[in-house]
Amino acid sequence: MNDDVVKAGLPLLQVTTVREGMFGASGSGDTSGFGGLVSVVPVPVASAQPFGNYFDEIYAELVAALPLFKSSAEKAFDKIVVAHDEMTIYVHPTELLAVARTLRDEPGLRFELCLGVSGVHYPNQTGAELHAVYHFRSITHNRRVRLEVVAADSHPHIPSIVSIYPTNDWHERETFDFFGIIFDGHPHLTRIQMPDDWQGHPQRKDYPLGGIPVEYKGATVPAPDERRSYN
Amino acid sequence: MTDTYAASYDTTEGRVFTVMGQDWDTITGNAAGETERIVVNMGPQHPSTHGVLRLILEIEGETVTEARCGIGYLHTGIEKNMEYRHWTQGVTFVTRMDYLSPFFNETAYCLGVEKLLGITDQIPERANVIRVMMMELNRVSSHLVALATGGMELGALTAMIFGFRERESVLDLFELVTGLRMNSAYIRPGGVAQDLPAGAEEKIRETIKALPRRFKDTADMLVGNSIWMGRTSGVGILDLAGCMALGATGPILRATGLPADLRKSDPYCGYENYEFDVITKDTSDAYGRFLIRLEEMEQSLNIVDQCLDRLAPGPVMVEDKKIAWPAQLSIGSDGQGNSLDHIRHIMGESMEALIHHFKLVTEGFNVPAGQAYVAVESPRGELGVHVVSDGGTRPYRVHYRDPSFTNLQATAAMCEGSQIADVIAAVASIDPVMGGVDR
Repeated sequence: MNDDVVKAGLPLLQVTTVREGMFGASGSGDTSGFGGLVSVVPVPVASAQPFGNYFDEIYAELVAALPLFKSSAEKAFDKIVVAHDEMTIYVHPTELLAVARTLRDEPGLRFELCLGVSGVHYPNQTGAELHAVYHFRSITHNRRVRLEVVAADSHPHIPSIVSIYPTNDWHERETFDFFGIIFDGHPHLTRIQMPDDWQGHPQRKDYPLGGIPVEYKGATVPAPDERRSYN
Repeated sequence: MTDTYAASYDTTEGRVFTVMGQDWDTITGNAAGETERIVVNMGPQHPSTHGVLRLILEIEGETVTEARCGIGYLHTGIEKNMEYRHWTQGVTFVTRMDYLSPFFNETAYCLGVEKLLGITDQIPERANVIRVMMMELNRVSSHLVALATGGMELGALTAMIFGFRERESVLDLFELVTGLRMNSAYIRPGGVAQDLPAGAEEKIRETIKALPRRFKDTADMLVGNSIWMGRTSGVGILDLAGCMALGATGPILRATGLPADLRKSDPYCGYENYEFDVITKDTSDAYGRFLIRLEEMEQSLNIVDQCLDRLAPGPVMVEDKKIAWPAQLSIGSDGQGNSLDHIRHIMGESMEALIHHFKLVTEGFNVPAGQAYVAVESPRGELGVHVVSDGGTRPYRVHYRDPSFTNLQATAAMCEGSQIADVIAAVASIDPVMGGVDR
């Protein structure tokens, strides 16, 4: 667990990225729009107990049950963030299988449905560029929880949970296709949306959108990713 | 034999012969002693595969021994494109994903954005009622297409005619309210794009009064019909354990007897205020799913009726002028366009209003950094949206957990071991929409 914790519900933010753009002044009197404006991109820091809602129960169940699945809370959790009434558990990749199995099998948790994995690419978070975000839903307890697993771009490997949640088969293929995250142990990790011989992983931030300028009544509209960016 | 395509070649798995039809006898002699393995490629351009779905079937006689899906033929990079447009413009993209249930895509996305903005509680009551009403009308039109195309694929052409005819009357309502039959971009972060036009409530009342009688025509024709039963009953079975493992939701899950419906278990847009039943069947087969869709349409009309009673005059957009879309549409002599009152105001009366309009329309509003997951009960199951913001005016990442995508994985489990004809019935009962599958 992370040491610098704050009370749940107070999203204190920690800065990893700065973004520069033309407009969107904040914090300075310059509203001309050309002030070389810089805004910071925050990432959430850990929340501390009590998390509120049913999240404390989920946490307690996980802490109690993880040793049965050859893991422990200390080994598995990097941090826990509660924001927007949703619980995000940052799980260490090596312990993902144990955590997923606990979520599925433990009677007090019973997350029967995995709602797939969504990738997010943060090119500025060095060593943690690729995030795999899993959502789970328990029909028995009517609860939701989110797991987030981080991988470095230089070693984009995350264990596959298809053996525990078969529904993740296509979802993991899609995330591999779009982000290049390699899910170790997936039965056949191939591209699913893009053609088999496609180069690159299109949803990554360093992959251009493409497109061509369009001329209309004498004026030229640039391609979407070439247009003026406000921030 | 001179056909260059119908040739044979060696692979690591043995000699492979390709036949194109009418030339089977040219290789039967050559293939003697080889293990016969017939792989049939069905689609992506096959009238009964429900859009550009490619089925790869390994068959033994008429029996399917292995079934695999090939998808991606309708991938349009919507999620990527959204990262280059501001938050409100995102609505025009998501509405095109699952093109049979656009209002569900829009609502799910808007609920996600509103959650990040922290304005979920500020959405006006009237906007919520309109959202629920549009979604339930949309559920009817979507289920009608499911019944129509499903019927057509099994040879019940009258069901197709009836289904599309009824759907048309619902699309007329969409056109009346939003200006467009499909791809409306009507539901926006903060509310809906515009209020109901004059006369819309009466027209909706009229339509939902006429529809049940027409549903009865379809029901009379198919419910209990021995041919229809023969094609769908006991076909495409997926039990509760299978649904849980494969993540199948919606009518497929409810056909196993589990009353799983997000409108009841996790209400949004004020669904807790409406009375309706969650329809379940316990047959786990294509016929059960058909019955569920049929009965859900009646429940939806029931909800629309309650919506009309709840509609009270009021705003349809949040009060916060930093989020609410500044312009309103109106109908002029040359069709729908910007409201002339608004144009007069920004062009002639208030420079600040012009600046405000310009800023919101071109730049958009900032959404606080964070991530949210919101799910709605679409006609096909749990439609989830994972929205990530970095604090900017454009989405950092939007991912759709489309129920068609997930449910389609069940094809192999439903079809293997059955006859080829049952594959069609099983896929039709999944009701995949390839726009949602591929996005």
